[in-house]
Amino acid sequence: MNWIYDPWSWYIGGPLIALVMLLLLLSEKKFGMSSNLRTICAAFGAGKSTPFFDYDWRSQRWNIIVILGAFVGGLIGAKFLSTQTAVDLHPDVILQLQELNIVDAGQAYMPERLFGSASWTDWKSLSILAVGGFLVGFGARYAGGCTSGHAISGLSNLQLPSLIAVIGFFIGGIIMNHFLIGYIL
Amino acid sequence: MRTIRYFIIGILFGITLFKSEAASWFRIYEMFQFKSFHMYGIIGSALVLGVVITQSIKRFGIKSFYGQPIVIADKEKMLKSNLYGGIVFGLGWALVGACPGPIFVLLGAGYLPVLVLFFFATLGTFLYGKLKKRLPH
Repeated sequence: MNWIYDPWSWYIGGPLIALVMLLLLLSEKKFGMSSNLRTICAAFGAGKSTPFFDYDWRSQRWNIIVILGAFVGGLIGAKFLSTQTAVDLHPDVILQLQELNIVDAGQAYMPERLFGSASWTDWKSLSILAVGGFLVGFGARYAGGCTSGHAISGLSNLQLPSLIAVIGFFIGGIIMNHFLIGYIL
Repeated sequence: MRTIRYFIIGILFGITLFKSEAASWFRIYEMFQFKSFHMYGIIGSALVLGVVITQSIKRFGIKSFYGQPIVIADKEKMLKSNLYGGIVFGLGWALVGACPGPIFVLLGAGYLPVLVLFFFATLGTFLYGKLKKRLPH
């Protein structure tokens, strides 16, 4: 059972994600995580001023339970099911990131510069998290879904809107990764 | 009872995202650099199985846990917004390396600055709702 404590291969991760989708479908629900951000807005009363949030958000409570589970799953995965969490990256990527001052590439799970506790007092890290978070939240809703809703659920259901959204994810991702992030980090 | 079921599905999802490194900023960076098969393997294998699952449910009329027919709704066809929104999402995904699922997984794993990401993602969703009528769809 030692493999459990090592990082899991793609052929374990991918099928388990498909299993999560199957379990939700069998529960008469759909697999889509970004809807929760809309639910949170609605639960805080955004529906009073904005029609987009004026719906029966209580019918989406099951999905909030799913993300609470994901929170606990992250905790279990990190604290109880991992002996070491360094991500084994391609050597070219490690070199590239070191040039961008991400010095812990290949030795950590997340870059300390963005996600370590020191970033609370680093305006640049905070701005990156804020801008990136904003784009993710805005873009997911504008596109009608995120990686789970479009790239997994939607494409599995052979939906053209999902294919177009996923092409958009990669256009945006490649622009950021290849042309912008070098100036930002 | 159903609440517990959703909670357990969520735990399975969270452990999977963390342990398969799909929640790692580094893996997303590497994916957009096309330097590793890992993320493509995860998304690709989930997708291949997802197609088999979804199409089987539709073709064979598989019933839910509660004995009801399973209805899988089509995605709304608003192709402009799928593309423009997708590009905006991709810009953010490649910058902070986290989409909405991993946000919660990473918070559980103890990366507290992700709270900033979470707050602004919610704000982004809110602003989309405010501006919806003025955006091309």
